[in-house]
Amino acid sequence: MTTQQPRLTYRPALHKRVALSLRPLVWIGPAIALIAVVVLLPVVVLIHASFQNIASDGFVVGGAGWSNYNSLWHEPALKGVVFRTVIWVVAVVGVTVLISLALAQLFNQRFPFRRAARTALIAPWAASVLMTALIFRWALDPYSGAVNVILHALGLVKMGSNTADWLGNPTWALVWMMIVGIFVSLPFTTYAILAGLQTIPDEVYEAARVDGAGSWRAYLAITLPLLRPAILVATTINVINVFNSFPIIWEMTRGGPGYETSTTTTFMFILKQAFIGESAAMSVVNFLLVIVVVLLFLRATRWKEAVDA
Amino acid sequence: MSAITTAVDAAVGSGTEPPRRVFRQRTITRRGFTISVLAYAIALLFLLPYAEMIIAALRPHDQLLAPNLLPSHFSFSNFTTIWSTGFGGNLIESLEIAGGATGVVLLVAIPAAYYSARHRFRGRSLFLLLVLATQMLQPAAMLVGIQREFSSFNLPATLSLILVNAGFNLAFAVWILTAYFSSIPVELEEAAMIDGASRLGALGRVTIPLAMPGIVTALIFTFIAAWNEFIVALTLSLGLPQNHQPLTVAINSYIGEYSVDWGHLFAGSVIATIPVIILFAVIEGRVVSGLTAGSIK
Repeated sequence: MTTQQPRLTYRPALHKRVALSLRPLVWIGPAIALIAVVVLLPVVVLIHASFQNIASDGFVVGGAGWSNYNSLWHEPALKGVVFRTVIWVVAVVGVTVLISLALAQLFNQRFPFRRAARTALIAPWAASVLMTALIFRWALDPYSGAVNVILHALGLVKMGSNTADWLGNPTWALVWMMIVGIFVSLPFTTYAILAGLQTIPDEVYEAARVDGAGSWRAYLAITLPLLRPAILVATTINVINVFNSFPIIWEMTRGGPGYETSTTTTFMFILKQAFIGESAAMSVVNFLLVIVVVLLFLRATRWKEAVDA
Repeated sequence: MSAITTAVDAAVGSGTEPPRRVFRQRTITRRGFTISVLAYAIALLFLLPYAEMIIAALRPHDQLLAPNLLPSHFSFSNFTTIWSTGFGGNLIESLEIAGGATGVVLLVAIPAAYYSARHRFRGRSLFLLLVLATQMLQPAAMLVGIQREFSSFNLPATLSLILVNAGFNLAFAVWILTAYFSSIPVELEEAAMIDGASRLGALGRVTIPLAMPGIVTALIFTFIAAWNEFIVALTLSLGLPQNHQPLTVAINSYIGEYSVDWGHLFAGSVIATIPVIILFAVIEGRVVSGLTAGSIK
């Protein structure tokens, strides 16, 4: 942290004041420009497009008023898609955080070759999610996939049968895609919680031990509350990522059969191929949903207290 | 475990050591043993899908769809024939996009982070809030907007992808670098300036070298994110010929309407993942501290 700038006791001439107040722009201006053009402008274009009548080749036919939102609302698949999105986000993020809490605790212990073991955890983070999703699709192949080979050997599934066609069944497909979603979210979440664990000083635990707290009690009473900022940050980032996750569903089922394994993100992508305006409307709704969900989550967890603490 | 127990029992039996210490020793060892075994098992579980990826890439053609865990022998033909599908061009394209995005992020993020760390200017918190807010936005959520905006700009697809990847990875770089610059005492720069260095000279010779760990972390994170990015690449590289598409799009295009070229798909995935593993190995120790800096400050 720097020291406070000395307060000016005189009032410089106008041009000097303007020059002074513009100086930060030399340093932060390029960053603002990049954010404005790449991140903010597309939001404006997106909202604008959602009120336009756009042909499938991208040509604007004219204004559309609310008709894109209207046809989106009457899309028969919409209700299921939104419902599935909520389940997808809650299940994937919830399970990810729970497993990560345990993993972080385990990998925070001292043991030989800890560094190598921790590095292995990074694998799903380093490999593209696209590839991880494709490996699972491959391993779930009803005729030759490794998962089915193992389950067949255990007598649980018959190779080539309907039960071996996991991705052909919407419910099982969703379960497997959630497993992939959790798998690729674990490294970041675990590392974020590990980082949080390292900020907790050992003295706190010693004090708890002196007071006679067992390790489980110490975990609930000390570790978890002190981990709150790390858990909040990790959960928020995961909610945003999982909500917008595209490659897992796209590569494993393309959202089908029908829209039965689609979330709002893949639904938007499918709509985009023919109905650009309606797809833009879906994006705007998606966008508002993310913001509402994140704000509700931050409010529910009283994040300000955690940050101020 | 039995060997450890036997050794401890023998020590107790011989009576040469104080019993209390031996007891402690045993519980610690046993706990440590369980922890190690559990941790290694989980680490292996995390690697398993990628082992399967390598095995699939090494399957000989006639055993590609054989229902077994391991083929009778391995074949490297997928790794030699993949280059005729234009995969070399895909690697170069992704290298350009990820390298370009990383360069833009560093050029833009270093001055912004340095100034925000050193000065309390009007609009500073507004700027940092703006940066934080972009972390809540994902390209997938505004794909239609990105596609329409960049098609009206009429830029080459590579340049568009460089800008998009730079824009969406800027937030993390600014946050982590602001934390790093804040942790470097301003006195070090002042000392250099007393010794005759200019302000930029002090920045270049003192501050930036000291902030190198943070810069390298930001650089690698940006590179990996751009290298692995899929949905924007898929959308903006629509018009490009196959051998000029980014890696992820090329790998996706091995999935045909009726059949999938699994051999080349996984060989390409293995080749594409190797640089990322090397980069992550470089920063492994810093991932934790990087996340602390990024999340707590």
